[in-house]
Amino acid sequence: MTGIARRGRAGSAAGVPLLFAVPAALAVGFLAIPLLGLLEQTSWRQLASELTAPQARLALRLSLVCSLGAVAISLLLGVPLAWLLARVEFPGRNLVRALTTLPMVLPPVVGGVALLLAFGRRGLVGQWLDRAFGVTLPFTTMGAVLAEAFVAMPFLVITTEAGLRAMDRRFEDAAATLGAGRWTTFRRVTLPLIAPSLGAGAALCWARALGEFGATITFAGNLPGSTQTMPLAVYLALETDLQAAIALSLVLLVVSLAVLIALRDRWFPTA
Amino acid sequence: MSLAARVELTLGQLHLSVEVAVATGELVVLLGPNGAGKTTLLRALAGLVALDGGRVVLDGVVLEDAAARVRVPTERRPAGFVFQDYLLFPHLSALENVAFGLRARGMARAEARRRAGAWLERVGLSEQAASRPRALSGGQAQRVALARAMVADPRLLLLDEPLAALDAATRTEVRRDLRRHLDSFEGTRLLVTHDPLEAMALADRLVVLEHGQVTQTGTAAEVSARPRSRYAAELVGMNLFRGQAAGHAIQLTGGGVLVAAGDHHGEVFASVHPHAVALHRRSPEGTPRNNWAGTAEALDVVGDRIRVRVTGTVPIVAEVTPAAAAELRLADGGPVWATVKATEVTVYPA
Repeated sequence: MTGIARRGRAGSAAGVPLLFAVPAALAVGFLAIPLLGLLEQTSWRQLASELTAPQARLALRLSLVCSLGAVAISLLLGVPLAWLLARVEFPGRNLVRALTTLPMVLPPVVGGVALLLAFGRRGLVGQWLDRAFGVTLPFTTMGAVLAEAFVAMPFLVITTEAGLRAMDRRFEDAAATLGAGRWTTFRRVTLPLIAPSLGAGAALCWARALGEFGATITFAGNLPGSTQTMPLAVYLALETDLQAAIALSLVLLVVSLAVLIALRDRWFPTA
Repeated sequence: MSLAARVELTLGQLHLSVEVAVATGELVVLLGPNGAGKTTLLRALAGLVALDGGRVVLDGVVLEDAAARVRVPTERRPAGFVFQDYLLFPHLSALENVAFGLRARGMARAEARRRAGAWLERVGLSEQAASRPRALSGGQAQRVALARAMVADPRLLLLDEPLAALDAATRTEVRRDLRRHLDSFEGTRLLVTHDPLEAMALADRLVVLEHGQVTQTGTAAEVSARPRSRYAAELVGMNLFRGQAAGHAIQLTGGGVLVAAGDHHGEVFASVHPHAVALHRRSPEGTPRNNWAGTAEALDVVGDRIRVRVTGTVPIVAEVTPAAAAELRLADGGPVWATVKATEVTVYPA
């Protein structure tokens, strides 16, 4: 029945008014042409050697380490936060949720400046970290990880919270009647049941962390081998070695596409 | 008494105020219409909903006392719960579902699996041990849910409409199995249903719950013979009247007079079996003391009898043979006279 309704509403291709068809075609072109340009400029023969060049390999490995580190931090802190947001009514919950979401809309460069002011050597937390543990975060790999986590964690929190809200909580009731305490219930019932949401959240979080530029370059700088991740390397290479920039861009594009394809059922369930 | 509970709580529109007592080994069935608060009562006993007032005592142990602020959390109550749609964990096999409670209570994995396996065998599902709930039929899922709830030897077994999710064909068979497994359980059993047949088939004692209140308790026979609410009367297919009795005559609350045998006084219920109601096209003469004019309205086929709803000053349901229905042309509706012998009226205090 819904199929009929959908078809009825969407209409057939023959009857699409020009007023919609022309701008829509322009929009598709506008989104697709830059990607075609990237592919067109690629020197496929050089691709392998570009990607195995020392500078590129360094950036690839660092990006992998930093983005996975950011995902790990996000999972460790973000899943409990999502659980609290979904399950516990506490004063200021909406404020906390808004704060959690803020990095998604905040210009990353602003995030970087804020991180610098907080965790920098003379920053709010930074000077204390420096004095107490001798830990310095800015312009280190750990700083790059933090910058990426700051920007990417909201994706995990939001997706996980939605999963927690959508799941049938009576499964948790059932676990309790079987003698399972909160932690056992969470580990053996809740987590497996929200695994699809958690997986999607982690994938989004990872993709966002991998592409992070603004906050990273502001807070962690652009030091090859320790903070120069792929997007930074692309930006730098653009001036000196176009083919290297293109090769790294292609890797980022392929990863984005892979995440998109993996999550297509969540986003376009009817297509 | 093994379970003694007084439950007072408000949840949305529902105000639950109920006292239930269930002896060890007794199977009490909570019967009531949808929205009466049956499920909420079970959830409160399991500790899934907090009481506003009252207390729950099981085998002398206080599980909850609102006034004393005592509340044993769900996971530490010795209660097994079979949920209406079973709520088998979809990511675990049948065996892992049954073993879950044992593992959660700290039993070693191998021992938990061994015991779970033994229980699956007991409910005849050894071959389905590795199956996910999705691959089980409704009847199989129900048996897994039962095994899961009983495996840890609870003292109290709570069952919420354990047959409601099944189709009519499998229900009879599953009910027989359920009866057998419930009989083997030695603790206290409380089962919720809105199906009178299920209630009659399983209950040692019935508790009728309506609008969050107990309207009647008694054996199936007692409730059938002397229903105390319109809901209970309809369940057992009886005509129920309420009125003021003075000697033989009962002045009915809804208007009209009902004559019964014997001597009665004060506020009473009177029940009349539809079998005992005779219908006529013309006002009969002679013995029947109760003779009301009305209109034949709805006809239902119940087994080999025809059920006729007669509206009038004294609305009543009659059951007649198909032959009588044809002879009286009841399908056409129209005016009829309903008669009931005084000796066919059961009167009991309200």
